[in-house]
Amino acid sequence: MTELHQFIQNHGLALMGPHWWPMVWTLVWTLIKIVLLVTPVMIAVSYYTLAERKVIGAMQVRLGPNRAGFFGVLQPFADAIKLFCKETLIPQGAKRAVFFLAPALTLVPALLMWAVVPFSPELILADVNVGILYVLAISSLGVYGVLMSGWSSNSRYAFLGSMRSAGQMISYEVSMGFTLIPVIMLSGSLSLKDVVESQRYMWNIVPLLPMFVIYFISVVAETNRSPFDLPEAEAELVAGYFTDYSAMSFGLFFLGEYANMILVSFLGSLMFLGGWLPPVAMLSFIPGMVWLLLKAGFLMFVFLWIRATFPRYRYDQLMRLGWKVFLPFTLFWIFLTGLGLHLFGKV
Amino acid sequence: MSGSMLKGWVDVFSLRELAAGMAVTLRYFFKPNITVQYPEERTPLSPRFRGEHALRRDEKGEERCVACKLCEIVCPAQAIFIEIDPSSTAEKRLTKVYDIDNAKCIFCGYCQEACPVDAIVMGPNFEFYAESRQDLIYNKKKLLDNYERWKVQIDANLEKDAPYR
Repeated sequence: MTELHQFIQNHGLALMGPHWWPMVWTLVWTLIKIVLLVTPVMIAVSYYTLAERKVIGAMQVRLGPNRAGFFGVLQPFADAIKLFCKETLIPQGAKRAVFFLAPALTLVPALLMWAVVPFSPELILADVNVGILYVLAISSLGVYGVLMSGWSSNSRYAFLGSMRSAGQMISYEVSMGFTLIPVIMLSGSLSLKDVVESQRYMWNIVPLLPMFVIYFISVVAETNRSPFDLPEAEAELVAGYFTDYSAMSFGLFFLGEYANMILVSFLGSLMFLGGWLPPVAMLSFIPGMVWLLLKAGFLMFVFLWIRATFPRYRYDQLMRLGWKVFLPFTLFWIFLTGLGLHLFGKV
Repeated sequence: MSGSMLKGWVDVFSLRELAAGMAVTLRYFFKPNITVQYPEERTPLSPRFRGEHALRRDEKGEERCVACKLCEIVCPAQAIFIEIDPSSTAEKRLTKVYDIDNAKCIFCGYCQEACPVDAIVMGPNFEFYAESRQDLIYNKKKLLDNYERWKVQIDANLEKDAPYR
């Protein structure tokens, strides 16, 4: 890494001269860091789709894809090639610019959020002190992609589907945000790094187990996954907001969805499961990054596990759960957390 | 608050039933899968399997069919068309045309049941296809060739099933 750093420094200085070089250098180095972050994420996304089919296959006592390469390892590439080779259809009367902007607007926020995710105390792209706020803000942007895709398709099915999905995503963002407030109260910081460090003696899941469960259920709904996959609902609701999308613009929605799933798994393990901290201090010889990946990997497995287990919710049940169960319960728990902090003298 | 109501609340808030459901899927996750990978692996076939048709010959290589047209009559899909050879005598009856339209055939096996001389049989082959409707009309030559091709299996299957007929 340092050699690469030096190499670009020296050659860039010779190429651009001392006046322009500092600005260009910032740009170049940031781009390199972005590529180094986004590439593993995209690879993880593509293999998560394979893992999903394998895990659900195993739970249904069948094999899953195993023809493309050994154990199906080439399946994500086969899927990608297929999506790229297909024709991108544009519906008649669609607003072209918005139509193509929408899938990008669902994928880009999912990738943007990775900027503040700390993989270990040192490995973090942007260590901002309001990391949680940033994540909550960017995750709210995803709903614009949904609304724009539904509206610009100029189809009533896609339009109604986008309304339905937007309602769902906004509703569950509320309970997701509220489950994070007790975490912030316990750690006393909005920085993801401080949140993890504050869990050194006790992971947040111990005092906040109900919040962790609600967080997880909320993010399942937030990422439109089964059993809350009403936006897709391939069996009964005509696919929802991406009904009129095809080829890679359709694929981008799914890339965004899977990138979001991986991200919320990482966030969940950072917020509640102690991030890179080992469960007991004895095991600290294993690098922190391994612990984080293990915890996030487990949460990602639970996503698939849930999908293989539960039937889909009805829309009114979904709304009832979000507003009438999760919202009062999280508010009550915020009160309890405050009371606990007051009584046990942390503030 | 009554005891059953309390139990109900505990059940709801501990997500007991959700956990029970997930335990089931986790148990199946570790079970060996039962997939049969078709072209390489195959499921066993019954001797009574009703696959592609064949017209049998006897030991001397003569056609067994005596053009009685019972199969043509019994066929519920009216997929069989038979024309008797005009040179037939009372001792030796032969068909001139024996067509089965596989586009019509419903693979009920009635033709095999009706046949008094075990001439038309349904073989074990299910991997056949055609690229046009015309190719799906099997003539006598095709049916006789089918018997040559699947002779061993067809005869073995008939022998296995004979005690039950």
